[in-house]
Amino acid sequence: MKIKEVVALLDAKVVAGHAYLESEVEYCFSSDLMSDVLTVETDNLMLLTGLANLQTIRTSEMSDITKIIFVRKKKATDEMIQLAAENDIILIECDYSMFKTSGLLYSAGLKPVY
Amino acid sequence: MMHFEFQVEGGNFTKAGAASSQLKKILKQLNVDPKIVKRIVVALYEAEVNIVAHAYKGDIIIDIDTQKIGIKLIDEGPGIPDIEQAMQLGYSTASPSVREMGFGAGMGLPNIKNNSDELRITSEVNKGTIVELITYLNQ
Repeated sequence: MKIKEVVALLDAKVVAGHAYLESEVEYCFSSDLMSDVLTVETDNLMLLTGLANLQTIRTSEMSDITKIIFVRKKKATDEMIQLAAENDIILIECDYSMFKTSGLLYSAGLKPVY
Repeated sequence: MMHFEFQVEGGNFTKAGAASSQLKKILKQLNVDPKIVKRIVVALYEAEVNIVAHAYKGDIIIDIDTQKIGIKLIDEGPGIPDIEQAMQLGYSTASPSVREMGFGAGMGLPNIKNNSDELRITSEVNKGTIVELITYLNQ
């Protein structure tokens, strides 16, 4: 699934990494706990989270995650957008709940990591 | 042989991960296998966050040679009274503010162990903790 399709499906807004809208995503992981995110070994992973702070971006940087969707109307700060840009990470803001976002993406064919 | 040192400020979550980020850039430049890079930086990031979450300050000392990467984290802080207990999955003494940052679920030390080839932790209560990690590059 292309990121631009994800954005359209979720009626979401891209706030960083506009250059990567054509990139593909295969796996998705939903979590507010960064400790859990750091245990996932899957490549080409998209993170769905309601935790919007600098450590969300740092955790993604360390885990080779290049796509993050903030759910529940959480917003990225300027600092987060800057750090994401430095690390070629796409940031997407979505107004839907974690459950609804996960359900829509699962139905559209994105795979769980386990 | 390459040698790097970084300082870590206790309590400052804005800077948490800066050293891990630097190491990741260095390892990428050295063309280390991305899977090994991920193991090393995840382990270091967990350990770096531990210093920010629990200690007053710390130093990270990194030595890279052709065979392995050795990382030593030395902090000044409360120390760990019972290391065996701290290594157990789910055990945590983290504050609510640490949990708000997405950590403090008692998963850090076990995850450091999973992501390193050798791990040694020594600690003195009310003085500090030393965490030593070794990751081999050719495995």
